[in-house]
Amino acid sequence: MTERITLVVDGKSTDVSADPAMPLLYALRSELGLDNPKFGCGLAQCGACTVQVDGRPTRSCVTPVSGVKGKKITTLNGLGTSNRPHPLQTAYIAEQVPQCGYCLSGWMLTAAALLRDTPKPSDKQIRQALAGVKCRCGTHMAILRAVKRAAGSKA
Amino acid sequence: MHHAPVSRRDFLMAGGALVISVMVPGAVRTALGQTPVGGKPPLTPDELDSWIAVLPDGSVRAFFGKMDMGQGVDVAIGQIVADELDVAFERVDVVMGDTAFTCNQGGASGSTAIQNGAITLRYAASEARRVLLDRASQKLGAPVEKLIVQDGVVSVVGTPDRNVRYGDLIGGQYFQLKLEWNKRYGNPLVAKGQALPKKPSEYKVVGHSIPQGVVADKVYGKLRYVTDIKVEGMLHARVLRSPTAGCGPVTVDESSISSIPGARVIREKEFVAVVAEHEWDAVRAARALKVTWAPPCTPFPAMESLYDHIRQASVTGREAPVNQGDVEAALKSAHRVIDAEYQWPFQSHASMGPACAVADVRVDHATVWTGTQKPHFARDGVAKLIGLSPEKVRATWVPGPGSYGRNDAGDAALDAALLSKLTGKPVRVQYMRDEATGWDPKGPAGIYRGRAGLDAQGNVVAYDFFAKGFTRQDVATNESDPKDTLVGQLTGYPPKPTVIFQVPAEAYEFANKRCGWECVPPLLERASPLRTGHLRDPLGPETHFGSESFIDEIAHAAGADPVAFRLKYVKNPRHAAVIQAAADKAGWSRRPYPNPRRGKGNVMLGRGFSYTERNGTIVAVVADVEVDRRSGRVWAKRFTVAHDCGLIINPRGLELTIEGNVVMALSRTLFEEVKFDRERVLSVDWTSYPILEIQDAPEQIDIVLINRPDLPASGAGEPSTRTVPAAIANAIFDATGARIRRVPITPERVRAALARA
Ligand code: FES
Ligand code: FES
Repeated sequence: MTERITLVVDGKSTDVSADPAMPLLYALRSELGLDNPKFGCGLAQCGACTVQVDGRPTRSCVTPVSGVKGKKITTLNGLGTSNRPHPLQTAYIAEQVPQCGYCLSGWMLTAAALLRDTPKPSDKQIRQALAGVKCRCGTHMAILRAVKRAAGSKA
Repeated sequence: MHHAPVSRRDFLMAGGALVISVMVPGAVRTALGQTPVGGKPPLTPDELDSWIAVLPDGSVRAFFGKMDMGQGVDVAIGQIVADELDVAFERVDVVMGDTAFTCNQGGASGSTAIQNGAITLRYAASEARRVLLDRASQKLGAPVEKLIVQDGVVSVVGTPDRNVRYGDLIGGQYFQLKLEWNKRYGNPLVAKGQALPKKPSEYKVVGHSIPQGVVADKVYGKLRYVTDIKVEGMLHARVLRSPTAGCGPVTVDESSISSIPGARVIREKEFVAVVAEHEWDAVRAARALKVTWAPPCTPFPAMESLYDHIRQASVTGREAPVNQGDVEAALKSAHRVIDAEYQWPFQSHASMGPACAVADVRVDHATVWTGTQKPHFARDGVAKLIGLSPEKVRATWVPGPGSYGRNDAGDAALDAALLSKLTGKPVRVQYMRDEATGWDPKGPAGIYRGRAGLDAQGNVVAYDFFAKGFTRQDVATNESDPKDTLVGQLTGYPPKPTVIFQVPAEAYEFANKRCGWECVPPLLERASPLRTGHLRDPLGPETHFGSESFIDEIAHAAGADPVAFRLKYVKNPRHAAVIQAAADKAGWSRRPYPNPRRGKGNVMLGRGFSYTERNGTIVAVVADVEVDRRSGRVWAKRFTVAHDCGLIINPRGLELTIEGNVVMALSRTLFEEVKFDRERVLSVDWTSYPILEIQDAPEQIDIVLINRPDLPASGAGEPSTRTVPAAIANAIFDATGARIRRVPITPERVRAALARA
């Protein structure tokens, strides 16, 4: 019942052999060692496991690995690097957003999609786009500042 | 990654050369240098080498036995050490969380990282500087008084070319110097040398907003968390918890998982787990495993009668630490008596990720990677559980999902150790969400009753504040004893709760004043999903929601402005200054309450005040809220916080810490309540235990930092948590005229209160 599945993650293509019903999160973390998406709930309730699939923020904890064959998967790592940072990453550092940082994939990959589609979001649009993503450390004020800062810097 | 236990000797000397291999979050750093001279000093608090090392390149390692949980206290420690040693901040690396390199200063605990933990680091750094200056004095042939230090270069005043670098004076060698140690471990540990630390006026690095370097590692996805630790040959484990509280396993049908590759059951007494080579297989096996559990009992009261249960419960302990004058007599003769009761529910840590730990237990030693905020205590607990002496166990903290006290991380560390011992393999345990929210130690539920007497002029003649609730320590503050962990309790270490509660911390001077508490027995005297434990600012928000709501009620009864009323009874000038600062910043003006201009439409506006103290840190908060008349939704739109924690080390870090406190406290006030029925806890995920969503985050948080360079730094990681709930409730009263005395202040409760008002 295992199947060979090709995954394209952060521009690199790799094969895993896995139960096709296994959530993508386990393929990324335990099979491929790509640890940026985190296990938070396994229930699509928190966002910690977020990746982008063909640009769409997706909760990898409930996405069967067989459903993303050949699609473009982006993790926090693929968003940008210290040499070529995404404006959100620069803004997050400037605003010193994270405390534990365990929640970051959800906030950043969701906000990156928002800024791509809506480069100058209002406060309300930001809050709506980020609804459902959790941060237990309560860094929400800094998150809002960082998204606004990134939007400004993109101009 | 390094798996074998590393001794301190390996750390300073390997193969004749100085090799440093320090696990710091996210990276292993290596430095080469000369052979150290002399033997290895033991890692005990009375050795200077236990705290400070100067490497040949002049860089400094500071070994910190407390922990940072994301607020950047390690940065603050680096600033303090840099100032005492006169080196640039960038040269200081703070090593924390590894029992192989640090002494037990108590881990993260009670916001004492700076308040207590920095004291010894400061002494040690200044003592190291003294030793280095003595050596420099000999080398340069000039008295110490004639020497100055700039970024680790010692020179003779007036002749800058007569100089020597720290690295050349000691680099790669041990100090081999004793400190005077008070023989305590944990928070009270203090060790000092002969040197006198600097005066605050001499600080150059302290007081600056140096950012956290680790933030970049986090946002680029480079930081390795405890959940990301992988050890050669490790098994993945999942633990099974009884679906109903207090029921042990009766039969376990191992054949129910036989189709899952490599999956097997590990059982020790009432502790049941599954292991497998692949994580997903362990998850599937835990779901598929057929276990019959002992028939449900009904250890819990019906949820709607929780507070009745507490009222009627027997008393396990009672104290009245504040008792001045004759409260009962003064109440009797009062012109008017105000009497109110407040209620706070069980709450969960609900950390962002379920706890995870990896353990590698061998015959004669063990290694544990853990996200616990108290790795030294985890080491002790693991040692006891698996039957090794603590010196044979190394616990290494690796950053985990945020920790706010005794969360589930302490349980996972011991689970992993037992499973590794039983399987003979390294084992990684991670909980699922229902265990993380459903089985973590809970903040305790309680009732808080205030009675106050006023004379005919509205002066307070009697004040009585009494709490009754569950102790905050069914399990202790750390996991150093298996009796305080689920796995311990399931394998023969019965729980032994400690009876401990608290009274409000403030400076109101009432002539007749009494504050006390009573504790009630735990609901279940075995492994329990409603066991209590420390949750951020233990009993702080609970107690001060009651006491500061009550002060507001007294002020209104006396016809007084809430700020003026507080200032009338708070004579301590430092406390009064904080109250005044918050009021000034928020533009607080005297007007009648509730708000006569609350707004005509569906949205009613109000503002509320609250002030508290916590171990020397004083906080005052103004909350501005909007209450929607129809839906009952409360939006805390703006907070103004005045904060005095003595000397400020890093202002920006402090502000961000306060913001986190405020938002988490807001979440706890409006949304959080552990639900349960007679048999089980029903809050097991983010739907059944909702926390604040970003829509509910405030629009603005204004913070006034009051710096007191003349006073020692006190804590900041928790104090503002306790001030927030009553500020919100008081603002809701102002907006609506309805007083809500039960947390969480949900829309349903607001609507009900409005209907009554
Ligand atoms: S882990 Fe996927 S949404 Fe929580
Ligand atoms: S920073 Fe800890 S959960 Fe968001």
